[in-house]
Amino acid sequence: MPNLTSNTAGIVSPNPFWLASAPPTNSGRQIMRAFEAGWGGAVWKTLGQPIQNVSSRFGGTHWRGERGVGFNNIELITDRSLDANFQEMAEVKRLFPNHAVISSLMVETREEWKEVVSRSIDAGADGIELNFGCPHGMCERGMGSAVGQEPKVNERITSWVKEFSTIPVLVKLTPNVGDIIPHGMAAQAGGADGVSLINTIKSIIGVNLETMVPQPVVGNRGSNGGYCGAAVRPIALHMLAALARHQDFKIPISGIGGVTNWRDAAEFIALGSSSVQVCTEVMLRGYRIVEDMIDGLSTFMSEHGYETLDDFIGRAIPAYSEWGQLNINFETVAKIDPEACIGCNRCMVACHDGAHQCIHPNTTGANAPVVDESECVGCNLCEIVCPVPECITMVEVNNGYPESTWNEHQQEGKPIRPKKGSHGYDMP
Amino acid sequence: MKRDLPDNRGEAVFEDFKAPYTHNQAIAEANRCLYCFDAPCIQACPTSIDIPKFIRRIANDNVKGSAKTIFDSNILGMSCARVCPVETLCVGDCVYNNMDMPAIQIGKLQRFATDAAFEKGWEFYEAGPDTGKKVVCVGGGPASLAAAHQLRRYGHQVTIIEKGTFLGGLNTTGIASYKMKADRSLSEVEWILSIGGIEIRSETSVPGSVSWSALADEFDAIFVGFGLGADSLLKLDGANAKGIEGAVAFIERMKLNEIDVSSIKHAVVIGGGNTALDAVRETKGLGIPNVTLAYRGGESQMSGYAHEWAEAKKEGVIPSWRSQPMGFRTHNGHVTGVEFQRMDENKKAIPGETLELPADLVLLAIGQGKLGELMNGVPGVTVEWGKIVTEEDGATGAPGIYAGGDCRNGGKEVVNAAAEGSAAGHGIHAFLQGGGTCQI
Repeated sequence: MPNLTSNTAGIVSPNPFWLASAPPTNSGRQIMRAFEAGWGGAVWKTLGQPIQNVSSRFGGTHWRGERGVGFNNIELITDRSLDANFQEMAEVKRLFPNHAVISSLMVETREEWKEVVSRSIDAGADGIELNFGCPHGMCERGMGSAVGQEPKVNERITSWVKEFSTIPVLVKLTPNVGDIIPHGMAAQAGGADGVSLINTIKSIIGVNLETMVPQPVVGNRGSNGGYCGAAVRPIALHMLAALARHQDFKIPISGIGGVTNWRDAAEFIALGSSSVQVCTEVMLRGYRIVEDMIDGLSTFMSEHGYETLDDFIGRAIPAYSEWGQLNINFETVAKIDPEACIGCNRCMVACHDGAHQCIHPNTTGANAPVVDESECVGCNLCEIVCPVPECITMVEVNNGYPESTWNEHQQEGKPIRPKKGSHGYDMP
Repeated sequence: MKRDLPDNRGEAVFEDFKAPYTHNQAIAEANRCLYCFDAPCIQACPTSIDIPKFIRRIANDNVKGSAKTIFDSNILGMSCARVCPVETLCVGDCVYNNMDMPAIQIGKLQRFATDAAFEKGWEFYEAGPDTGKKVVCVGGGPASLAAAHQLRRYGHQVTIIEKGTFLGGLNTTGIASYKMKADRSLSEVEWILSIGGIEIRSETSVPGSVSWSALADEFDAIFVGFGLGADSLLKLDGANAKGIEGAVAFIERMKLNEIDVSSIKHAVVIGGGNTALDAVRETKGLGIPNVTLAYRGGESQMSGYAHEWAEAKKEGVIPSWRSQPMGFRTHNGHVTGVEFQRMDENKKAIPGETLELPADLVLLAIGQGKLGELMNGVPGVTVEWGKIVTEEDGATGAPGIYAGGDCRNGGKEVVNAAAEGSAAGHGIHAFLQGGGTCQI
């Protein structure tokens, strides 16, 4: 049985699954129920001067019948008093001493930061997370992503907190920036023990076409919110990996963004997360989802011989390359299994309209369309649209060309293979 | 034309065998559709409805566009959604069958979209500008309705002649009530006629009340869209006893009138086709305790749909295979039983082997007369085996005389009649555009 114990910048939890700072961590009673369900840690709903929320607050992206593929919210930080929150935090730590409780904070002045850090430590928190990411409501008041988008402000506030704190400090980064690197570096320069990312992405989730009001609707108006849920996972994975592989970035990362199950979590860990934080899927399905996250991750680790998380944290980072370092002479073509093919022709229309016009009707009357391998560029589109698992596979072709990257071709004149997929129209 | 039906008619006891979808169910099913390119389901549909297109429109909450997609190909889309044997047509060819997953419920989705159009009163079509040409459609069933609607869209004046009191043909009088009741057929007829400008002459028969040549004098083109004739009967001892009747006649009586079957304990339906299967399921559904399907061949030799027989079996219908009726037992002029000769696998009599079944109702579902003979003597029209011979577009060979539906195909589905009627509508329009006029 693998050991799932997680250590993120000194914050230790029985497993790497934390609840992200959000409605599921709004109160001590909720967090205790989550710990009973199996969650290893919880980042408390961000504490600061209590705010007033609006109604409604959430919006969903519903796609082909699936509800909540994407999600957004215009809810702000805690609307409950600091006294109540810290009192409950102490109670949670008293009853669950081995679970990680991280105090998420967002205030304005140095004095306020000093107070909330100190009270977090007094309540027994295992770590602090600085909410520099909230992209709606708070940023307009000079907090949240307004801090996260300014590396100098980020670094200054981080250094204040480090000055006051005796427990690990994580800086939660906003994805609403062109390049994540300077922001991660700013946190590191400010002395952060680690970062967590991503916070939500600035978004408008939709428009009510009858009333012409953006959603979620508050009376007769709507506002931009923070986008999250399964749909944002690729963006989060990229920002995570960009920091994790950067040679000058040395501190641990807690990954966040569209994690719905053990497999998603394993991908975050493979790209450098020491722990993963989950919110939206819990909001959609409840705390119980952690059961299969634990079970599935354990099974995966056992099957691959990983005894601890450290055995595969960042394991996929070495293979993450710049485009110019990919082997441009590596070549695949699509193969369609005629036994498995059901004859929907989706690969054919996708190839014709969305790719390189190299899948053609079968003139013998059989189901499976025919791939013109001489023009197939190996793009994967057909494999992606095929509804039958394993029916279309991308098979490597030995074209006789030795490995060469674009960079090597440019710099050293290494030969590259002829292009395919233009049917001779623009070939020299 | 008669429009009202009694509320207490026999078919009132039936519920829909396939319940309609709720909005959520329809969206969920529509989202399962793979949106195939050059989809097999379209090819399987006699009216070539663009099925992936209408299903995607349901999924995208464009139900109005979905309904129009259906009606553009088949103006009888509402009834076809209920009565088509989809298991052997579109649904049977859904690619999901090839991966052993449940096929898309195309009929139920079509019903969802077309019923919405009906309930919400969406109007898609208007008559074309008046061409001054006059076309008559003989017979008031699906083929004529499809032809008439198509012709009105082109702007021709249309008259429908119907020998009975109701329009809709077998949709009104013959469809198994667990698929569609008579009032729903009549409401579809009204919906189709709402394009306006279609004159109805009911209780008028051709060539009985009006001769073909009289029609040719009055109209520029004739569409012949009548159906099949009366049930074939058996010339056996006791065949005139009370309690023995044709299945089609019985079903019509049950669908249009009050009917009392409370005294009937044993019903025997003779035949192995789809009318026989409708009759056993309907008599069972009316509450007759013992219903037997007696067929001279074996189970695999039946021409009726296997999926219908499977349901009949589940409902408790008992088969009597390889049983050829020889005569009827009667008492006081009423049937009490049927005597059968047992047959071998080649439908040949096995000497000395007989069987008797008790019966106080016997329904004969052994075929119907072909009415093509009604056109005998019309110059240029060929009738073979009772069926009117035509080109693809329904042209008979007599100038301006077209045919479609059961009188042409010998008795197929509503959807075939709709396809043939619509095709003839296009054919007649082309004929009239070319300056043609019918002559006899």
